[in-house]
Amino acid sequence: MTPGADHLIIAPILIPFLAGALMLLYDERRRQAKLVVALVAAGLMLLAGIALLRRANGGGFAGGSDVGYYLLGNWAVPWGIVLVLDRLSAMMVVLNGLLAIPVLIYAGAGWHRQGQHFLSLAMFLFMGLNGAFLTGDLFSLFVFFEVLLAASYGLLLHGGGQLRVRAGLHYVAINLAGSVLFLIGVALIYGAAGTLSMAHLSQLMVTLDGSRRPLVHAGAALMGLAFLVKAGIWPLSFWLPTAYMASPAPVAAMFAIMTKVGVYILMRLSFLIFGAAAGASAGFGAGALMLGGMATMVYGTLGILGSQGLGRMAAHVVLVSSGTLLAVTGIALGAGGGVTMLSGALYYLVSSTLGAGMLFLLFEPMSREEGGIAAMLALTTDAWGLDPAETEEDADPAPGQGLSIPGLMTALAVAYSVAVLALAGLPPLSGFVGKFVILRGGIGDAGMAGWAVWIFAALLIVAGFATLIGLMRIGIQTFWANEGESPPIRVLEAAPVIALSAMLVLLTVQAEDVLRYMRATAQALEMPTTYVEGVFAAPRVAESGNGEHEP
Amino acid sequence: MEYVLAAAIGVLTASGLWLMLRPRTFQVIIGLSLLSHAVNLFIFSMGRLTPGAPPIMPRGGFVDPSRYADPLPQALVLTAIVISFATTALFLVIMIAARGLTGTDHVDGQEREQ
Repeated sequence: MTPGADHLIIAPILIPFLAGALMLLYDERRRQAKLVVALVAAGLMLLAGIALLRRANGGGFAGGSDVGYYLLGNWAVPWGIVLVLDRLSAMMVVLNGLLAIPVLIYAGAGWHRQGQHFLSLAMFLFMGLNGAFLTGDLFSLFVFFEVLLAASYGLLLHGGGQLRVRAGLHYVAINLAGSVLFLIGVALIYGAAGTLSMAHLSQLMVTLDGSRRPLVHAGAALMGLAFLVKAGIWPLSFWLPTAYMASPAPVAAMFAIMTKVGVYILMRLSFLIFGAAAGASAGFGAGALMLGGMATMVYGTLGILGSQGLGRMAAHVVLVSSGTLLAVTGIALGAGGGVTMLSGALYYLVSSTLGAGMLFLLFEPMSREEGGIAAMLALTTDAWGLDPAETEEDADPAPGQGLSIPGLMTALAVAYSVAVLALAGLPPLSGFVGKFVILRGGIGDAGMAGWAVWIFAALLIVAGFATLIGLMRIGIQTFWANEGESPPIRVLEAAPVIALSAMLVLLTVQAEDVLRYMRATAQALEMPTTYVEGVFAAPRVAESGNGEHEP
Repeated sequence: MEYVLAAAIGVLTASGLWLMLRPRTFQVIIGLSLLSHAVNLFIFSMGRLTPGAPPIMPRGGFVDPSRYADPLPQALVLTAIVISFATTALFLVIMIAARGLTGTDHVDGQEREQ
């Protein structure tokens, strides 16, 4: 491998792109072959992601660095576009792959037959996601964002029907408006700072002219709004529950990672541009992120308690988790520290994305035939009143009690309880570890604890509690109080859910290693000097050595 | 020239915003198109207005950058135009589908009760 030309870095973008384009050439009669191609591509994408993760963790890039660079078109930074792979982006690429495979298998049970080119669109969505995780340039971030949004429009409308078209109309309109804001922000930043490279911008922030600084701030704020719409911050989140509920189950599961794209980019850009080294701009937007995140947590909590169906509830669970992450980002950015808190938040990001994806996959089989009845029962249960303490005690024996329903439904019940435990943050599963580390970092670290952290801690615990009440209510109605025959479940639908719950268990068992990785990630996030200097030092490929591309 | 351009961007943005907040899908789509035109002009102006100067520089030798326009915003505008064109086309399709399925062109798929 030639130094500086780590072609593996572009693989997570190219693999889904080529697979998606290849599948476009064949029509729907070759559905099984397409499914195989999609699964192989997703598997390769995951393997490439894991290989990159191992390198980012072990200093496997040129010069023993933890950060890899790929100069697109062999132009030096800041003129060319660069792909940057560090611990954070490697983690997100792997998470994308981990979620992609179960979703594709689930879609193979029948969803991909409901319309045309489902698998191609899914591949383009993965490509856009990976591109957004890997890019180091603001405008190519916009392009990858549009790729993933365009694919998501098609996926949301997959299967058709009045509900989807109506939700799709709102979803497309709000995202087009968000893209407009994104472009205005990028243009303002370019006009004021004269660069689109994230690393270059990070360097320029210290020496930026006093009269131009407000313009960069305005540009960053407008761009941030576009990501906040995607992350679903209150009050920009009202589109989210309807859109997630209306979309087909596998698509909704994929959307669980789409809110995290917004969170990822906000984390990345906030610490890169407005981190502790940014001079007069340090901590810009921290208060807004913190307050907005907390407001989102309150809104999501109320939404969970007020929802009657699993779909709407799962959408609000997604809101709570992105609110938590935004608030942690805001607190850490404002305090200029909080590595422990951030590492907990990153762990929580992985755990809650997998958990929320599971909920969306479970939503459809669970409400298949008894959906109407379950929703009606929810009302009576409310009147009857659940004792919260009782619910907590009952959380663990849920799998055992589910044995009366035979076969796959039992497996689904076990998986459901795993998801509930992980999302609510109860021991022994991963959600507890994540939340515990967040709280430990917020309250325990010197210089972090303030009134805001205490309010945040209270909100985090209340939100977890509300998640537990809401999801247990649905679980009891579906798995225990369901008197009719259990609906038919296909193996292809149960297997991905079980695989995802196995991942959550594995995440818990390996918590120490994962947390060590997250800690290094959080440290690199707060001290982006390696990232910034590395981007400029990234060597170009010699003129004679190009033209040889590894697959 | 600055005033004309600024006024054009302002008028386009204002009309686009107003139309986008209207209840009919066709008004929303026209509003979004106007907004994207405004944004394209805005990106263009961010490279500073340099009338009568080409954005393409000769190959090799000494280049005096003050005699040329900034080429980057023009490239960005091209990309933005293509993307907004594609998404507007997609939005149009959804709009027609929504019109067919719900029988109304209200953005919520039903007329507001009077």
